[in-house]
Amino acid sequence: MNGPPAFVFYTERRLVLLTGFKAGNLPELLRYLRRVSGASIFYHTHHQYLSQHFEKPLFHNDFAKWTARALLEDVLAEKLTAIDLLAFSSIRQLRERIIAVIEEHITGSTRPAREARPDDLFHFCESMSFLMPTGIVADSVDTFFDKIRDISNLSLFCHFFEARLRLDRPTNDFSLWLRGLGEEQLASRIERLDPYAMTLDELRDEIVRVGESR
Amino acid sequence: MTSLLEAYQEVVGPQVVQELLVVAARVRHRSMQHINSTAVGGGVAEILTRLLPLLADIGVRATWDVIRGDQRFFEVTKAIHNALHGKGPPLTPEMWEVYQAATRANLEQVQLKGDVIFVHDPQPAGLVEARERIGRQWVWRCHIDVSTPDESTWGFLRPLVELYDAAIFSMPEFAQSLSIPQYLVAPSIDPLSDKNRELDAGTVSATLDRHGIDAGRPVLTQISRFDRLKDPLGVIAAYRLVKQRHDCQLVLAGGGAADDPEGEQTLEEVRARAADDPDIHVILLPPLSDLEINALVRGSTIVFQKSLKEGFGLTVSEALWKGKPVIGGAVGGIRIQVLNGVTGYLVHSPEGAANRALELLRNPALCRRMGENGHEHVKQNFLLTRQLKDYLLLMLALEHPGERLIRLP
Repeated sequence: MNGPPAFVFYTERRLVLLTGFKAGNLPELLRYLRRVSGASIFYHTHHQYLSQHFEKPLFHNDFAKWTARALLEDVLAEKLTAIDLLAFSSIRQLRERIIAVIEEHITGSTRPAREARPDDLFHFCESMSFLMPTGIVADSVDTFFDKIRDISNLSLFCHFFEARLRLDRPTNDFSLWLRGLGEEQLASRIERLDPYAMTLDELRDEIVRVGESR
Repeated sequence: MTSLLEAYQEVVGPQVVQELLVVAARVRHRSMQHINSTAVGGGVAEILTRLLPLLADIGVRATWDVIRGDQRFFEVTKAIHNALHGKGPPLTPEMWEVYQAATRANLEQVQLKGDVIFVHDPQPAGLVEARERIGRQWVWRCHIDVSTPDESTWGFLRPLVELYDAAIFSMPEFAQSLSIPQYLVAPSIDPLSDKNRELDAGTVSATLDRHGIDAGRPVLTQISRFDRLKDPLGVIAAYRLVKQRHDCQLVLAGGGAADDPEGEQTLEEVRARAADDPDIHVILLPPLSDLEINALVRGSTIVFQKSLKEGFGLTVSEALWKGKPVIGGAVGGIRIQVLNGVTGYLVHSPEGAANRALELLRNPALCRRMGENGHEHVKQNFLLTRQLKDYLLLMLALEHPGERLIRLP
């Protein structure tokens, strides 16, 4: 007899592609935001979550970071940072929101557009991800919460960020699987965690806590 | 596991080596061939020397070939190099003819046997013309700073580059408008090389002694060619400002002035500016001084890389790896190695450099903490094992052209 489907933990390896597109002011940034691939939007809004930080970064997305640093557009940077990434289930929606925030800012601004220094342009990159199984498999809820302690940040990134935004899944993979097993409460508790508001290590700890308190 | 792999594992940890093996297992069915223009000397040869045995140890078949050329060819390729750097006159059609003739000669000589052929820098780039005849996959690995290339020189090279399957650049700023995919692979340092490996305290103090440097007093050091763009005079100016308020010595060490008239002139200016200050040590290093450089950096309190223009500037990673905070010019790749206030400071003037040096000299705990951060930053991002992993992933990427999200079984 077949039991419930097992959860196969995936992980990912990443390369960065360069597009050759560069922006030196907000109109140029907008032009390329409309043109670049979804993999580029994903890269610039997500790669910092995988980087090791010695101190909490002020901005997690590159658009906010660059507009603050290179264009001294602090108000816009704050608005771009305030975009709730969890509110979107596709890169397309996220791209539209970023564009809307910048357009709104340009329309409302009375100042002429600032230019970045020639050595501080925004260079559009793209994320290339290779998803592969880790070899770790959980065949029950108990083993799932047991194994989750040992999975890498890349694996968490894959099941939380890639799954929702690039693999067109309605939610993170963990909640999806638990829900399929009828564990609705556990599924929604994990779903309520905001992975953008914490580090991946903290996210893992939170999931472990959900498991411990069940 | 081989002893070489074990030696790396000791430095980078088992997880990194495991990861290399996982990726290697997926690319092992294809061989890799590297081609460059020199077997010894220079950063590319340095990295390939170490990369090849490592590839063998993780089970990836790899070979390395070196193209040949006469003096005239290398004069032309030096001119190409300078023009791509944005300094020096553009390439002429006559020079391009010399380049093409050497390419034709090399096409007769070099055995193109790899499934994926990595061609390093402009010198051997023309070999890609064989692609039409033999197929295979071709990658052009550009190690030089092409952020502001001379357009007409790039115009000669670009059609060749576009014959490749992919190009690799070291920084986003170097990306070009090209019809082929461009990958970002940062350069790396080898933690086991003479320039970077651990040294015993005796070797460090003997080196300092030999140069008359007092190990008991703070040492500020800049290791770089005597080149105006490295701003050695600015470093002396910074040192003099520090010296007014805190005891210290300055070491300016570098090589490569012999065949470079401008370098010789800069060295003379540096010596004149140092004048008879017994605490300034201007050291002209002969080639193959890696151990000496290693010891000088390890014997330093703070390292400067106060460049006015810089490609990547791996000397920064070399210093950070040794636990030294780095005060660097806010240019080029220095900006991704020196995390401002975390692994050192980014500065824009001798005054800025002096202020930050004073801050660090007065706060040894801060100096130590930044050094530790720097070591960790390099460990995560700028070691040879990371570059190797990127090359392997690129092999994998070439099997999935156009895809950005690749699901592997």
